[in-house]
Amino acid sequence: MEFFKKYPKTFQWLFLLIVFFALCFAIEVPETYKFIRGQAEFVKDPNQSSYVFLGKEVRYYAFDVFWRLPPLLGWLPIWINDSLFFLMNEWMPIEVWNEDTQEFKSRPLVLQISRNITAFMTFLIQLIREILLGGLETIVAFSSWDWIDKNPWAELPGLPWTIVAAGATLLSYKLSGKGLALFAGLTMVYISIFGQWKPSMQTLSFILVAAPLSFIFGLGLGIAAFKSKRVEKALYPILLVMQTMPQYAVLVPALVLFGVGDHAAVIITMVVAVPPMILLTILGLRAVPPEVIEAGRMSGCNNFQLMFKVLIPTARRDILIGVNQVIMVCFSMAVISAFIGAKGLGFNLLLALNQLNIGLALEAGLCISLIAILLDKMSLAWANKQEDYFGNLTFFQRNKNLLFFAATVVIGLLLAYIGTFLFKGTFNYLFEIPHNKGISTADFWNKGVDWIFETFFVYIKAFNTWLIQEVLQPMRALYLRMPAIATIVLVVGAGYLIGGVRSALVVCALTLFIAFSPWWDRALVTAYMATFGVIVSCIIGFTVGTLCFQNKKSAKFMLGVCDIFQTFPSFVYLIPVMMLFGITDTSVLIAVIVYATIPATRYTIEGLRSVPAGLHDAATMSGVNKFQRLTKIEFPLAFPHMMLGINQTIVFALFMVIIGAFIGTEDLGQYILKALSDKKGAGIGLTLGICVAFIALIFDNLIRAYVQKRKKHLGID
Amino acid sequence: MSEPVIKCENVYKIFGANAEKMLKDSNGNVDAKTFQENGCIVGVNNASFEVSKGEMLVVMGLSGSGKSTLLRCISRLTDATGGKIFIEGHDLLQLNNKDLIDLRRNKMGMVFQSFALLPHKTVVENIAFPLQIKGVKTEESISKAVDMVKLVGLDGRENYFPRELSGGQQQRVGIARSLAVEPDIWFLDEPFSALDPLIRKEMQDEFLRLQEKLQKTIMFITHDFDEALKLADRIAIMKDGIIEQLDTPANIVLNPATEYVRKFTEEVPREKVLIIEDVMDKTKDNLGDLKVSKDEIIENVAEKILTQEKSVAVVDSNNNTIGSINPAKIINTVFGGRKNNN
Repeated sequence: MEFFKKYPKTFQWLFLLIVFFALCFAIEVPETYKFIRGQAEFVKDPNQSSYVFLGKEVRYYAFDVFWRLPPLLGWLPIWINDSLFFLMNEWMPIEVWNEDTQEFKSRPLVLQISRNITAFMTFLIQLIREILLGGLETIVAFSSWDWIDKNPWAELPGLPWTIVAAGATLLSYKLSGKGLALFAGLTMVYISIFGQWKPSMQTLSFILVAAPLSFIFGLGLGIAAFKSKRVEKALYPILLVMQTMPQYAVLVPALVLFGVGDHAAVIITMVVAVPPMILLTILGLRAVPPEVIEAGRMSGCNNFQLMFKVLIPTARRDILIGVNQVIMVCFSMAVISAFIGAKGLGFNLLLALNQLNIGLALEAGLCISLIAILLDKMSLAWANKQEDYFGNLTFFQRNKNLLFFAATVVIGLLLAYIGTFLFKGTFNYLFEIPHNKGISTADFWNKGVDWIFETFFVYIKAFNTWLIQEVLQPMRALYLRMPAIATIVLVVGAGYLIGGVRSALVVCALTLFIAFSPWWDRALVTAYMATFGVIVSCIIGFTVGTLCFQNKKSAKFMLGVCDIFQTFPSFVYLIPVMMLFGITDTSVLIAVIVYATIPATRYTIEGLRSVPAGLHDAATMSGVNKFQRLTKIEFPLAFPHMMLGINQTIVFALFMVIIGAFIGTEDLGQYILKALSDKKGAGIGLTLGICVAFIALIFDNLIRAYVQKRKKHLGID
Repeated sequence: MSEPVIKCENVYKIFGANAEKMLKDSNGNVDAKTFQENGCIVGVNNASFEVSKGEMLVVMGLSGSGKSTLLRCISRLTDATGGKIFIEGHDLLQLNNKDLIDLRRNKMGMVFQSFALLPHKTVVENIAFPLQIKGVKTEESISKAVDMVKLVGLDGRENYFPRELSGGQQQRVGIARSLAVEPDIWFLDEPFSALDPLIRKEMQDEFLRLQEKLQKTIMFITHDFDEALKLADRIAIMKDGIIEQLDTPANIVLNPATEYVRKFTEEVPREKVLIIEDVMDKTKDNLGDLKVSKDEIIENVAEKILTQEKSVAVVDSNNNTIGSINPAKIINTVFGGRKNNN
């Protein structure tokens, strides 16, 4: 009894667990219950129950409400779908002047708006694409097809790869110096001689539109939210959901609204990239010391100057992290949006993965990653650039880089011209190396994969079988065996114990949404995969992070590695695991683990680093050894920050689990992927995405509540 | 006397939801306690004073006494809840936004406790910032900034970033920035509080040297009574938003108005603060040969006076005898019954 009084929390947790297990054992699995695979849910079956709500019929297998809640929200996806359809095709028709037929035509407002946005995006992408690769649609946009027929010289020729490569190198040199210039040069040459030029430039043109637009919108909305509490309150819930929603899920609604192609990809990318930019802008602006703002005011800044010359530059650190995130998201979307018809490296990557041509996929993936790192470093260098007012420079020195660039343009053009004679009848390699004419190491990699497979087949297979049979299957079965009511009690109870009534209510609402959706079983499978991934990732991340923290150099090195790994588009992670484990759940889980280990490691190191040096010294002087210091001082103090790492780890893991559906898993992701090819998939995709987001938000809520309490308790903020 | 540069009349600053209404209802009798019970916090309570051209007014008070709030009312970084503030005769609270910006761009400079430098700009860029905001051309503003760098003695560090400078150096940049537009009015909000004692003393001396040269009208905020004594022409001591006493350093030391002020003055070494004129007698009889100037600080001449047997003549700048001082008076001033000094 003494024990219970001393540790009331432990007692409460114990009680919660006892209730949970009691419920699990008390509620039998109904005989008719089975996990619904594939399309089976659409089969009409006399055993199904059904109800009609808002004119939508929902069919489902009824179970005891303690076992599985009825899909009371089953109508929601259909309703979203029909509403979208209504908005696009019927709502608010307006008269639009049609240039071709010279008459007014009736068109729904939303459709017209979407068409206008589409046209604008397409124009921007085409413009950049044709500067890089040549073409005539931009010229046509300013004149007409007839005009271009009469003036064939006006077609944009596109830049030879030599000029783009030299330009990128010069720009990098001007921004940062020799190191980056070398990296830029090598990247460009690699892209070119491996025959990836055209898809790379297509991807680049898409990113050069998507990234700046995302940045501008994110910054603008961030400023608006910073200035007005009301805007912030309205934005915040949307931002939370968007940040945790898998990128896949946004594809489908965008498909309905904006159709197929690069422009739709740009819009989706913005939808995904803008929320982190907004959050980081707000965070950065909030952190500007009030005295700096006052100094700006006293310098006589008006509101505009105060924002753009004082606040934003001072908040630069966080805003730059935002830019980094935007670029990351853009490249990861460059791959994902290939699903809805974006051209470029992503498309090639998906194609190669589909054909199981690991070598080709590897080359395309490397291209994307290299360009991503290059753009990231360049934007960083640009923001940190310093102006020199004191160098007494001559005209030549001042415009050195411009002159050099002009020279390379001339030389590049000359080379390309010479090339037309040199490579008569074949391809002009000095202009552009065609996709299949470059060097390729694909065969080498494919053979390597084959060799690995043949040599280690037995071991890999054995490991695979063991993992699936002994670990994954039982774990999955356990998750599915939980009665819905037990899960809800557990989650809500945890919410109450950690964060009080408020937290419990939020968590309860989130869980009920998933439980009332038609995909509870799928959500459980998603949760099981994510849980497995998160546990392993955390173990690895904490261990690696702690070990690296022991030495300043290794800690810095590890953070750098995390940075680079984070820049890789998420799809790239699937390549090596598919090389080794083929198309199995194991592949997905290993990709999940690798991907989710990044934040776990990073936050461990950063958390340990944030422990004040004074405490470190105080501990040393109390005579603790290294191990005691770690367990008694550093871990407890770093724990809140490390928990935020777990938070990120969960989000990363969920994203990868969903992407893993591409390989074929039976979670929510599988349905999202299916919704992509379904005419009526928009509502389903969106609802599924919200379900995944809510899983993440449940954990997010619990962890944040815990961290806040803990921080208050420890007196760190 | 010409018109005061800064003039405050019954200035109030009260934080809280319905501060204005409560102030109106109170008819100027603001009681911090009743306000607090109604969810309002009194920052400045009925402050009235003037600062004339070239004068340095030091506002001294402990943290939470409302001294920084008072300064922010006068620079209108925050709007006063009640009362009137005049800057060179113009009603500050009536200025529209454009005029206010004009005023700040041309007439006011401010130095901050935490330096408040822009982290992304170098030393010269920081100093040139107010000029550039005004619309001065880059080249011109940079050359002016370079002059300011020399003025505050940071030559050779023009291209450093704030993070590469020590605290004292950063505050030199802050000072240079606040002076770049050649303001008439100079606000300093605890400029040396974040510095080490040695650096602080060095900066105080530097500051006095600058002021000698520039003759600005200054409001200087500090929580350090010694600093106030060292720098001020006049000192305003604040407690709970109320100005307890506003007088010259000597008068504050000799005649503390309230018990609160007396506590500060108790530990002050008088001989370092007071000048001969503050303690001399008006009688001119029975004088010895030695003469001392009325403006000497007591500490500097105490030894000379104490070796005399007779009273010492006190002379003004024209060498006219205006009074006398005897050794006993010096001893009394330095060691005498401090509690009952008058």
